[in-house]
Amino acid sequence: MAEMIILQNGRIIDPLQKRDEIADLWMRDGKIVNRAQGIPGHARCIDLGGKWVVPGLIDMHVHLREPGEEYKETIETGTRAAAAGGFTGVACMPNTRPVNDNATVTRFICEKAGGCSTHVYPVGAISRESKGEGLAEYGEMKLAGVIALTDDGVPVVDSQLMRRAMEYAKSHGLLVMSHSEEFALSRNGCMNEGAVSTRLGLRGIPTAAESIMVYREIALSELTGARVHIAHVSSATSLDLIRQAKKRGVPVTAETAPHYFTLTEEAVDGYNTHAKMNPPLRSEKDRQAVRCALADGTLDAIATDHAPHSILEKEVEFSAAANGIVGLETALPLALALVHEGLISVNRLVHLMSCSPAQILGVPGGRLAVGDPADITVIDPERVFTFSAEKSYSKGKNTPFDGWELRGKAVLTLLAGRETYNDL
Amino acid sequence: MSADTFNITASTSSATKGETLIDTAKNIEAMNPDIIVIRHSCSGAPQLLARHIGASIINAGDGSHEHPSQGLLDIMTVLEHKKDLTGLKITIVGDIAHSRVAVSDILGFIKMGAVVYVAGPATFIPAGIENLGAQVCASVEEAVDGADVVIALRIQQERQNDPLIPSLREYSAFYGINKKRLEAAKPDVLIMHPGPINRGVELNPDVADGPGSVILEQVNNGVAVRMALLYLVMGGDKSGDAQGSQ
Ligand SMILES: [Zn+2]
Ligand SMILES: [Zn+2]
Repeated sequence: MAEMIILQNGRIIDPLQKRDEIADLWMRDGKIVNRAQGIPGHARCIDLGGKWVVPGLIDMHVHLREPGEEYKETIETGTRAAAAGGFTGVACMPNTRPVNDNATVTRFICEKAGGCSTHVYPVGAISRESKGEGLAEYGEMKLAGVIALTDDGVPVVDSQLMRRAMEYAKSHGLLVMSHSEEFALSRNGCMNEGAVSTRLGLRGIPTAAESIMVYREIALSELTGARVHIAHVSSATSLDLIRQAKKRGVPVTAETAPHYFTLTEEAVDGYNTHAKMNPPLRSEKDRQAVRCALADGTLDAIATDHAPHSILEKEVEFSAAANGIVGLETALPLALALVHEGLISVNRLVHLMSCSPAQILGVPGGRLAVGDPADITVIDPERVFTFSAEKSYSKGKNTPFDGWELRGKAVLTLLAGRETYNDL
Repeated sequence: MSADTFNITASTSSATKGETLIDTAKNIEAMNPDIIVIRHSCSGAPQLLARHIGASIINAGDGSHEHPSQGLLDIMTVLEHKKDLTGLKITIVGDIAHSRVAVSDILGFIKMGAVVYVAGPATFIPAGIENLGAQVCASVEEAVDGADVVIALRIQQERQNDPLIPSLREYSAFYGINKKRLEAAKPDVLIMHPGPINRGVELNPDVADGPGSVILEQVNNGVAVRMALLYLVMGGDKSGDAQGSQ
C-alpha cells in the first residue's frame, strides 16, 4: 500500500527552484509528489505551523571511525547523530582502520550504512593508506560507491603526487578534497600561532601552513584543469586566495566548519582540549573573514569535520591530545545564528548546507522538486535549547559547545520519507 | 620546615607504559599528599592535574609555558638589590620562545612595576609576546642600553629539527652578553641567569663571574622562595603561624 505523508503549513524553502512560501508538501513512497498524485485518505498529516521545510542537509565532511575505531563512533551512531542534527546525507572520510583506499573497505562501509539514518557517501583515499606514496585505485573504488577522494587527516606532502591524483581523479570524474597543511610549518604545533599560543606556552601553527597549501592546490587545479575542494578553511589569507582563484575561473570550491565562524583561539585558554582541532581555531580577524566569505560566496559549504574521540584521546596533556571535535548536532544551530544575526539569508543557509554540498559531491538532494527523494529537514528556527554533550547521539562527547544555549534546530528529519529524527 | 616527600619520575611511575598523567596523579593521590609539585614537559600539565585531583598543585615548570617559582625568586633577587622595582628596565636576552622562565619573568616583573624588554634573533621571539606587556627590541644593544637588570637565557642551536640559529658561535658574537655590551647598561646593572649557563655563549665568563652577577644569589633565593611557597600553600599566614600543621 502506498505510504503518504503531508507536511502541512510549512515554509517551504527551495532555493534551486526559487521557492519560498507557506504551503503543503506531499510525499508518497519516499518521493515528493504533487497533490494530484496523492491519496489524501491514507495520508499521515503533520501540521508544521510555519516551521521551515528545506531539502535534507548534507554534511560533506565527517569522520565516522568505522571500520577500526568503533569505540569512538560507528556508522550507525554517527548517522543517528547526523539525523538528529538535520542531516540526510554525510560524506565520510577515509582515515579509518584500515584506510578506505580500496573497493573492499568501500563496500564494507556501504553495507554497514544500509538502513542507517542518513545516506552515507564514502570518500576514498588519494594515496594508498593515505601515506602519500602511490595512487589508490580510484576506478574500483568509484564502482564500489566512492564519490570523492582525500587523504584528510594528513596533507599530501608530495606535489607531484597531488598533481597526478588530480589528473587521474579527473579521468574518473571524481572530486579531490584537500586537507591543506604544510607539514614543515605545522609540525609539533597544537594551536594557532599568536599571542595566545605564546601566553600558554604551546607551539603554534601559523596560518601560512594552511594558505601555502591552499595556493598549491589552486595552482595544481589550474595546471590540470581538475576540480579541487578545499576542506575546513580557517584563515583569512586562504579565503583571499580562493576568492581570487574563483574570479579567474579556477574550478575550486571550499568549505568551512561552524567552529571557525563561532570560536577563536581564545577558546583554548585553560588548555581546553575540546578546542583543539586541525586546522586550529584562529584569530578574531580570521573568524570575521570566514563569516564574510560565507556571505559573499567565497565559501560554498558548511561542513562539520565531525571528529569523535573518547576521553582516552582528550583527557590528556594538551599537546598530546587528539585533534578534532564532534559537530553534527550543533552545526545547524550555530549556522542559524548567522541567519538570526542577519549575516546570511535563509536561502544562503540552505545553499551552504544542502544545495552546494549535493552539487559539489554530485549526489542527489538539495532540491524539493516533484519526483525527488523525500529527504527533508524541518527546522524550528526559534526553538531555544541547551545543548548537552552527554545526551547527544554521537559516541563522541568532545565538543566545546557543551552547555551552550542555542536557538533553532532540526525538529523532523525524513530520509526518503522515513522518519529518522523527530523532536516536533 | 620538615616534610615527608616522595619523588615520582616518568620512569618510576607507569607513564612510560601508557598510563596517563591523570592515572599517575590518582595513584599519587591515594597516598594522601597535601601538595603535589609537578614539573612536566607539556605546557598545561599542572592545570590538567588541578582539574582532576584534590591536592594542592605547585607548578615547578611546564613545557615552555611558565616557571612561576623561578619568576618569584628572580623578583626577590632584584628586590634585595633595588628595593623598589617601579620603572626599572629589565632586559631578557635569548630564546624567549622556548623558555618557561621568560613568561613568568615578564608577567612577574611587569606586575611589580618594572618595564620588561626582550631581545634575540627573530627565531627566538614568539608571536604576540608584546601582548604580555614586553617590549621587543631590534638589537641586543638597544635592549641592554640603560638596563637595570639583564637576564640571559640558556641557548640551544636547534630544537626537534627546527633550526633556530646557525651556530652557538654566531649567537655569542651577536647576542652574547659580554663586558663590552654591558657598558651601555646602568653602572650597577645586575646579571641574572636561570641556569645552567652555557659559558661563552649567552654569557661571557667575565660577566657571569663579574661584579654585577647575582646568579648564585638566585640559587640561594630559590630555596627560600620554594620553602615559602610550600608554607603558604599549606595554609601558613603572614604572621608566621602555619594553620593546622599535621
Ligand atoms: Zn582535515
Ligand atoms: Zn577531517
